[in-house]
Amino acid sequence: MAKKITIEPVTRVEGHGKVTIHMDDKHNVTQARLHIVEFRGFERFVQGRPYWEMPVLVQRLCGICPVSHHLAAAKAVDVIVGAGTGEGLTPTGEKMRRLMHYGQIFQSHALHFFHLVSPDLLLGADADPAIRNVIGVALNFKDLAVQGVMMRKFGQEVILATAGKKIHGTGAIPGGINKNLSAEERDSFLKGADPLNVDKMIAWAQGAVDLFKDYHSKNSEIIDNFSVFPSNHLSLVRKDGAMDLYHGVLRAVDADGKKILNDVDCQDYLKYIGEEVRSWSYMKFPYLKELGKEKGWYTVGPLARLNTADFIPTPLAQKEFEIYKAYTKGKPNNMSMHMHWARLIELLHAGEMIKELVNDPDIMGDNLVTKGTKGREGVGLIEAPRGTLFHHYKINDNDQVVMANLIVSTTNNNEPMNKAVNFVAGKLFTGQSKITEGMMNRVEMAIRAYDPCLSCATHAIGKMPLEVSLVDTNENIIDRMSR
Amino acid sequence: MSELTFFIDNKECKAKKGQTITEAARDNGVYIPTLCDYPGIRPAGTCRICTVKVNGRNMAGCTTPVEEGMIVENKTAELEDMRKAIIEMLFVEGNHMCPTCEKSGNCDLQALGYRYTMMVPRFPYLWPSREIDASMPKIVIDKNRCIQCLRCVRGITTADGKHIFGTLHRGDKTRISADPELVAAMTDEQAQKAMDICPVGAILKREVGFKVPMGKRKYDSAPIGSDIEK
Ligand code: SF4
Repeated sequence: MAKKITIEPVTRVEGHGKVTIHMDDKHNVTQARLHIVEFRGFERFVQGRPYWEMPVLVQRLCGICPVSHHLAAAKAVDVIVGAGTGEGLTPTGEKMRRLMHYGQIFQSHALHFFHLVSPDLLLGADADPAIRNVIGVALNFKDLAVQGVMMRKFGQEVILATAGKKIHGTGAIPGGINKNLSAEERDSFLKGADPLNVDKMIAWAQGAVDLFKDYHSKNSEIIDNFSVFPSNHLSLVRKDGAMDLYHGVLRAVDADGKKILNDVDCQDYLKYIGEEVRSWSYMKFPYLKELGKEKGWYTVGPLARLNTADFIPTPLAQKEFEIYKAYTKGKPNNMSMHMHWARLIELLHAGEMIKELVNDPDIMGDNLVTKGTKGREGVGLIEAPRGTLFHHYKINDNDQVVMANLIVSTTNNNEPMNKAVNFVAGKLFTGQSKITEGMMNRVEMAIRAYDPCLSCATHAIGKMPLEVSLVDTNENIIDRMSR
Repeated sequence: MSELTFFIDNKECKAKKGQTITEAARDNGVYIPTLCDYPGIRPAGTCRICTVKVNGRNMAGCTTPVEEGMIVENKTAELEDMRKAIIEMLFVEGNHMCPTCEKSGNCDLQALGYRYTMMVPRFPYLWPSREIDASMPKIVIDKNRCIQCLRCVRGITTADGKHIFGTLHRGDKTRISADPELVAAMTDEQAQKAMDICPVGAILKREVGFKVPMGKRKYDSAPIGSDIEK
């Protein structure tokens, strides 16, 4: 009899998800799906509000990466106030925002690696869930756990200094920023007491990259083959092809590295990207129009960014980029678990960027805001920790928002996450009728590689409330396991 | 000018003749919370948060003149709880979303909520459906946040003394409105004054959201009233 296996809620991803694995009578996996309850309500909720509230209002849809929403909305609103499309701000305005963003990337990537991923790598996918969590890491690898906590703290201090608050700040305003960096703030980042200074942070980020490479060299069989499938990749890149997480033009490459999109102005995203609705998920499926719904899906995030960028404009990260690229002989990397490697190279890059920005005299300037000819529409894109984030607003003559469209990173990664679940489920569940702890966690690991931000982070520590149901074609539950 | 002696919670205080209880209290370093009261404009006694007991009777401190020998009770448990109840009522009666409000940190209502450690209001939220009037050239009125204190009605006038703001309807249907011609002719200074006089985020100057960073706002470093208390 055909069966459906349901895994819910997925743990140690940011929020809730549910996986169903459909099996035919012979226990072959026919399809695996990741269902996500999403927050499209926000797009309706902001209608009628004045446009200048958007950066502060829309970030409230997320407690995990609010800075990314704050900045994407601010960039969209910049266009409305005629402050340019990412390049027209004053040097202080732009650099403060960049600093805020790299602070966010730094803390988010550190959190993801040390708290969410390292338990799988350091303790093993088959370890007891009571141990395989951040507490288990803290008990067995104390130094690493401390690094994770302190790196996150450092990133949050950068956010505090630029946004006014560690979570849900108000720093980015239409056309610029509401404060500069004070001399004390600058000095605290450059010369803060050990370990909270940027040099130590960069050293630790380098250490994290090395840790991954070491793990990889001993476990390449698992890491390289865990989940591999050809994908298109999309991200912003600087006009010269450099990695730029704050601003750039859209570039998409296919699984072989051929450019599908190049030099696309963010304001024109709708010409190139469509969104498909499928009945079984609240989350839409974006695709590249040029390739159509079937073939146009793409990956965003660290893996994609290292596939689209030609180089990384900071020395240590560039060195690691070269090693990383050499592993796939310069071709796009389609191995899901290499997302972690890519993320750590970005962590290193973010640390280097923070140092560069904090040392830049412009960051202490007084010219904070710029404005120009007002428009009625604006698009803001940013490379959030989890991938490309789109904000698009239209306003009426009274400055009230009449249309908002948000495509968040996790939505962009919807199809690749489903592909990853299919890949892993196909390998693990075929011919099986019982589920083990290790099998369940491997499905989760495939999803977790994308660092999906599903709604909240309440499962980061320990508990892992996991329920597995075996359901036949008539929706009868024939077996259930929960912990 | 003759000086009056009176007592607030047994503290001997001095007042000038004609001073209200809240005014005189301020001069004597005693904080009586106010919302609708604003320096320089005629008191109206609309919010009742300044209620004190005078010779055993509840009176609005902002409209009651001091008399010689008056015995005023201010910080009693009963009065403080009643004030907290008023703050809670104001919160549930409108739609106050502090996290995304431009006035957060500069808002008197929010500051009172903090001072009185309001956690969960004892009254059910009403979630009223109210409009945002964004049709005026200099300001936006978000009626979701209006607490009907009438500070704007009393305090914002044209150079020749005409009132720019007024009220429509009565009772719990009372809504602030603006004279279309006068509001259209408002200067930037008047718009700023209107935004400053509004104790909450109901009157907003157009296109200036969040210019003052966190940490630099009125109540970021010290609670409301602490400038008065010595
Ligand atoms: S708009 Fe502001 S000042 Fe005017 S009555 Fe309402 S709350 Fe008071």
